[in-house]
Amino acid sequence: MGKKLLLEHVDVPGINTLSVYRQKGGYASVEKALKTMTPEAVVEEVKTSGLRGRGGAGFPTGMKWSFLAKPAGVPRYLVCNADESEPGTFKDRYLMEKIPHLLIEGMITASYALGARTSYIYIRGEYFYVAQILEKAIAEAYEAGLLGKNIFNSGFDHDCYVQVGAGAYICGEETALLESLEGKRGNPRIKPPFPAVAGLYGCPTVVNNVETIAAVVPIVNHGGAAYAAIGVGKSTGTKLISASGHIKKPGVYEIELGVPVEEFIYSDEYCGGIINDRKLKAVVAGGSSVPILPADLILKTAAGEPRLMSYESLADGGFASGTMLGSGGFIVMDETASVVKNLYTFTRFYHHESCGQCSPCREGTGWMEKIMHKILDGDGTMNDIELLWDIQAKIEGKTICPLGDAAAWPVASAIRHFRSEFEEYVRRGHSIKDVKHYYSTKGIPEPAYS
Amino acid sequence: MEIDQKREIRFNEETMATVQKIIKRYPEGREKSALIPILHIAQAEFDGWLSPATMDYVASILNIQPIEVYEVASFYSMFNLNPVGKCLIEVCRTSSCWLMGAEDVVRHIEKKLNIHVGETTADGQFTLKTVECLGSCGTAPMMQVGHEYHENLTLEKVDELLNKWKAEGKRSRYC
Ligand SMILES: Cc1cc2nc3c(=O)[nH]c(=O)nc-3n(C[C@H](O)[C@H](O)[C@H](O)COP(=O)(O)O)c2cc1C
Ligand code: FES
Repeated sequence: MGKKLLLEHVDVPGINTLSVYRQKGGYASVEKALKTMTPEAVVEEVKTSGLRGRGGAGFPTGMKWSFLAKPAGVPRYLVCNADESEPGTFKDRYLMEKIPHLLIEGMITASYALGARTSYIYIRGEYFYVAQILEKAIAEAYEAGLLGKNIFNSGFDHDCYVQVGAGAYICGEETALLESLEGKRGNPRIKPPFPAVAGLYGCPTVVNNVETIAAVVPIVNHGGAAYAAIGVGKSTGTKLISASGHIKKPGVYEIELGVPVEEFIYSDEYCGGIINDRKLKAVVAGGSSVPILPADLILKTAAGEPRLMSYESLADGGFASGTMLGSGGFIVMDETASVVKNLYTFTRFYHHESCGQCSPCREGTGWMEKIMHKILDGDGTMNDIELLWDIQAKIEGKTICPLGDAAAWPVASAIRHFRSEFEEYVRRGHSIKDVKHYYSTKGIPEPAYS
Repeated sequence: MEIDQKREIRFNEETMATVQKIIKRYPEGREKSALIPILHIAQAEFDGWLSPATMDYVASILNIQPIEVYEVASFYSMFNLNPVGKCLIEVCRTSSCWLMGAEDVVRHIEKKLNIHVGETTADGQFTLKTVECLGSCGTAPMMQVGHEYHENLTLEKVDELLNKWKAEGKRSRYC
């Protein structure tokens, strides 16, 4: 059994309540930080831990915190990114639903380190029932004096609020999230300035993922060095993986970074193997945005080394033969799945979710969806495959935010590794008639630009 | 769907108190931050959609221009700018749900309710919609009805739910 830092107590009955959570040692990190540490010392521990952002980009958290501008007299904010909309990802929902106080505890400790008097948890609107669970936990924390004025008699005041979104993947991008939190459309901002300098209401702001903020709790409790001792190389600590698709035991698993991918897929401790013991065909290892890999390349690197669940190992070989850990949304496809059809759901997704600010993304995602649709309809030509390649290459790197890249990579990787399957669709033409498509063309308007 | 032109758009006292509490969460001068939460409440209160009258009312509460409300309401997929049935059924159509049979679920509901995706039943009870990943991929296929998640769907389970909702005249609400 791997070490569990976040989900250790997840199965304890009543762990969602403050009393049980505290019996299990909850809020110790707040007490330790506020009573015995300076804010700078907390930031140092996080730096030592090697913790990297769990929202997808994997940016070192301690470094991000140390960039926070501190002009006198200007409020600073901590904003938790609980938008979780990357297809294949459901770990934040699990964590917030099961142990809401772990996130609240992390919010207080992190806010102390950053000198934030106010924090917001921005949660996707569809998770409304989870927002209510958080609201209840926050109310309990206020009642117990863990939020509000003069927490643990330290002189530190903190208020934490939940904000619900309303259905927009783009609001997971941190600057779009801040726009949304200000009551506007979720259009990403041009950077710089980065949120660390001008974020929420133009004030210095740190935006971190739910899991990142929760990880601050064990780091402060046991020290950054103890956290860094877990994992492999620069992939320190544990990571929540959302496992879905054709596996026997889908769900959220807390792994020590560095577990072999093969063990993760086949061991009973994790996914338990493929449904009906069919053959593994492909894996999307880190949420819809990351390159899809065929079975041989997800289990072993191009050099023949066992592939590990870590930032470096999954990226080994670059995009030619590797992928990314991303958000940890691990989607498994067996030999019966169509990579082409799966890609269609992704192209439709990115077209639906493009905010429409940048032409390459707004237009390109629509074109890619249409071409995929044409191929699935049996009307595709070999030239369409080249056209898809051309379009994705003209989106990547040419947009204000990385949604464009996220839309391009799945297309590029599917063609790179599964070109013959696209060609098969083209060759079989109308004899491929398994296509069922669902558009809402009537009644309900789609969001803008779709 | 028929639109009730004389529908009175005004929060009752209790709802208004909730709205005022939400506005207080933000610094002075930043009240507009409350827009999305208030639109959710307005949509739930006023028949599950945001009519121009509803949006204008929300603008007046926050003391902002109506256009500032329209541009936000039209951006987010959870806000309905046209009337919907009493019970809005939203089936996830993205990768993991598709792999686990979401299309069969959609087909089944279409047949059972005798409507297509995007349509409302003649009695105004159900509207069917497909949506993108709702963070329930490990319990796929799934559908959302208001704030309820219905997961690990089978066609039998869908039948059971639809029958029950039909009998009770279910109304879906996020909040
Ligand atoms: C299109 C897009 C969607 C994103 N969605 C999320 C999300 O749902 N949750 C999240 O934590 N980060 C998301 N991110 C990453 C955030 O921009 C940001 O990097 C992250 O919240 C930083 O937190 P971390 O350093 O703790 O990972 C998204 C980025 C992009 C470009
Ligand atoms: S793919 Fe349907 S909930 Fe994620």
